[in-house]
Amino acid sequence: MLDDGRYPLTEADLLPLSIGAALLGTGGGGNPYVGMLRSRELLRKGATVDVLPLDALPDDAWVGEVGGIGAPVVGVEKIEQGEECYRAMRAVEDVAGVKMSALICAEIGGANSMEPVITAAQAGLPVLDGDGMGRAFPEVQMTTFFIYGAKAAPAAIADDKGNTVVFRDVVDMYWLERFARDTSVAMGAAAGLAIAPMRADFVRRTAVPGTMTQALGIGRTILDARKRRLSVVDRIIATTGATLFFTGKVTDIRRELTGGFSRGEAQIAGMGDWQGCDGRIAIQNENLVLWVDGVPVIMVPDLIINLDLETGEPITTEVLRYGQRLAVIGLPVHDLMKTPEAMAVVGPQAFGYPDLDFTPLAFGPIGN
Amino acid sequence: MIRIGIDVGGTNTDAVLMNGTQVLAGVKAATSSDVMTGVVEALRKVLEAADMGADKVDVVMIGTTHFTNAVVQRRDLAQTAAVRLCLPATASLPPMVDWPEDLREVIGNHWWLAHGGNEFDGRVISKLDADELRGIAAEIRARGIRSVAITSVFSPVSTEFEREAGQILAEALPEAHITLSSDIGRIGLLERENAAIMNACLRDLSREVVQAFRGALRDVGFTGRFYLTQNDGTLMDADFAERFPVLTFASGPTNSMRGAAFLSGVKDAIVVDIGGTTSDVGSLQKGFPRQATVAVEVGGVRTNFRMPDVFSIGLGGGSLVVDGPDGVTVGPRSVGYKIVTEALIFGGQTLTTSDVVVAEGDADLGDKAKVAHLTPDLIRRARNRIAFMLEDCVERARISADPLPVIVVGGGTILVEGPIAGLELIKPDHFAVANAVGAAIAQVSGEVDRVYALADMTREAALNDAKAQATAAAVAAGAREDTIEIVDVEDVPLAYLPGNATRVRVKAVGELHVG
Repeated sequence: MLDDGRYPLTEADLLPLSIGAALLGTGGGGNPYVGMLRSRELLRKGATVDVLPLDALPDDAWVGEVGGIGAPVVGVEKIEQGEECYRAMRAVEDVAGVKMSALICAEIGGANSMEPVITAAQAGLPVLDGDGMGRAFPEVQMTTFFIYGAKAAPAAIADDKGNTVVFRDVVDMYWLERFARDTSVAMGAAAGLAIAPMRADFVRRTAVPGTMTQALGIGRTILDARKRRLSVVDRIIATTGATLFFTGKVTDIRRELTGGFSRGEAQIAGMGDWQGCDGRIAIQNENLVLWVDGVPVIMVPDLIINLDLETGEPITTEVLRYGQRLAVIGLPVHDLMKTPEAMAVVGPQAFGYPDLDFTPLAFGPIGN
Repeated sequence: MIRIGIDVGGTNTDAVLMNGTQVLAGVKAATSSDVMTGVVEALRKVLEAADMGADKVDVVMIGTTHFTNAVVQRRDLAQTAAVRLCLPATASLPPMVDWPEDLREVIGNHWWLAHGGNEFDGRVISKLDADELRGIAAEIRARGIRSVAITSVFSPVSTEFEREAGQILAEALPEAHITLSSDIGRIGLLERENAAIMNACLRDLSREVVQAFRGALRDVGFTGRFYLTQNDGTLMDADFAERFPVLTFASGPTNSMRGAAFLSGVKDAIVVDIGGTTSDVGSLQKGFPRQATVAVEVGGVRTNFRMPDVFSIGLGGGSLVVDGPDGVTVGPRSVGYKIVTEALIFGGQTLTTSDVVVAEGDADLGDKAKVAHLTPDLIRRARNRIAFMLEDCVERARISADPLPVIVVGGGTILVEGPIAGLELIKPDHFAVANAVGAAIAQVSGEVDRVYALADMTREAALNDAKAQATAAAVAAGAREDTIEIVDVEDVPLAYLPGNATRVRVKAVGELHVG
């Protein structure tokens, strides 16, 4: 580690980073496997990426935010040409007339954890240790940056074929979500999105801090527990501040598509300490609410994470299946996501649960 | 219908002869290093035990680990060209990018990216370029490669580019085997491509093996049709198997679980198949093995086959028993097929689990006098250790608190003393050859996995179309149309896509058509 707290991301870090990011995806966010391989290829070819603390940049430095946009199922089939986010980021620099000093994740949860690492490797920039969600969310505007006033434009989206579309004037983040989403579909539902440059002092105030390091730590914990044949679920709870809220077996999955989003519900029959209890999880790409015997016990924006009871593997909502045995753990979201401004964008009401008042989780004790 | 089921395992080659649903004879022979000697011996023994001529047998089904082992052991694999139709997409990750280096080197790490490929909705990423493909063919020829795997982006949605490219390469390379990814796998480019490449690199071996099986069957006087079993417990005929050897991966555990269900008549259970070196543990749901939901690796390569959710522990009839300072350990090392010379009861020098069981008088095997010197204390501690290992694996395989029965099968079944984890224990008749029974009763399947745009059609119409395609595939694979059942329907709406895109998977299964 250097004086300003930066550390280099090594090839050995990529697997734990991707595993931790999958867990923070809270059931969604897409699989980071492809992105992990892409960053590994770049590092093997000699690229380097440093992880930089949020306070390491001068106030007036510019920070870029990049991420993939599209459908997770397309992401595992039409893998990126490779420079989608990079070209989108350069286009934003051109239009805004600035040069980025670092990149930051829009969302640490899932596949988008790796995109800034890839773009940083290509551009020779560091990545900041933080992100705009501290988890995964389904839409572009659901970041702390937008919640606390980041500009939506200029933004740019680029595809595999060399098309780059710039959004020069966009009145707010909801319009950006709409335009970017439609453009990404025209581009084959797999594209790279870069949003307007943010000043480093703004990012320092508004980013969820330390989430690259957090994802790395979670991934290392999981790999270490597997190697030592310890219970992965127990180790995660002991080291992250997460709490076990339910164990059980999936007895029913219902899915439907509304407005492009996969909504659904999983029923879980309690096992172990929850023998005889009924669990139910509402899903919109990510896990939104856990009810136990009809009582809501964890709700968005806190993190609801399904782990395979035996292996501790994070289970995404797309592969949830009848018969799976789950440990459902809850992890408190960062305070930046609990303010009234944040609630309006990512609270239970924003996800269509007008009757739920957000009751935040407490951090569990972290021991070893 | 008279049928013979054969299972070629690492230690034993098992065979059963069945008349309809009745097992007439079941035998074991040692697996030989050339495989075929063991197969011929098993065939001879089973025909003799059933007192039947080979000409009376209608059909033979073979389950083999030959191809899995070839990949795992990196032997008999052909130099293979991987051609991906994709540009400019997917260029960030070349074929075989996440393979173990030694395997990639063994097959030469030959790959080309070419134009072609589709978007999720069938639009074209870029047009196929025949000259480009002919140029690649020239390079393939110059490198002396005769196995080719072609993978096009979204080929499960549209197979056209793979077929066209296959024709172009076949014309330019008439001596080559060509594998198309859409014939093998589902959505998930790298995993499907991996399966196609593994298939291609096994094509020389599969020709040899299928010929050898054919020869072995001819040697015993059988001239009818024969089949190999696939990872989902269904059959492919010999010609098809020669073209798609990769589909035999993991067929062994599936066969033993299907056989256990058939022999016991129990459809929901935990199955423990105890062999010479390992025990495979999995759970049966409605007579079929529960499928794994995560990507399954074969020989270190990620695939997206539907594999049974089975795990192995190092406990078998040949497992070494060592009394060390920290107590007794059992396995994972095993004398394997050398048990007949190395175990104490057979005059060898190595203490195995079978010796312990025989010493306590629970099995009639080998020469009991040769283990008379083992102390009761050691025997008890070794058996406690074995019981603990069995209990632990059964608990891991349980998917509910329901008291499911435990079916134990396989040659190492003598290791089981009594109920495991307090659950009902079933040792069905012919337990030792359950895997061969599973092969003999295997059915024929057809499967479809594709994306439908429900803006243009109803969900019902899409499901019906998929069912019709799966049924047609099953009939093409040899199923009797009047016996076909749709056994698996899954439709998953795809997030973020327009037109209500939905991914539909359907599997149809029917009885083998004979005659």
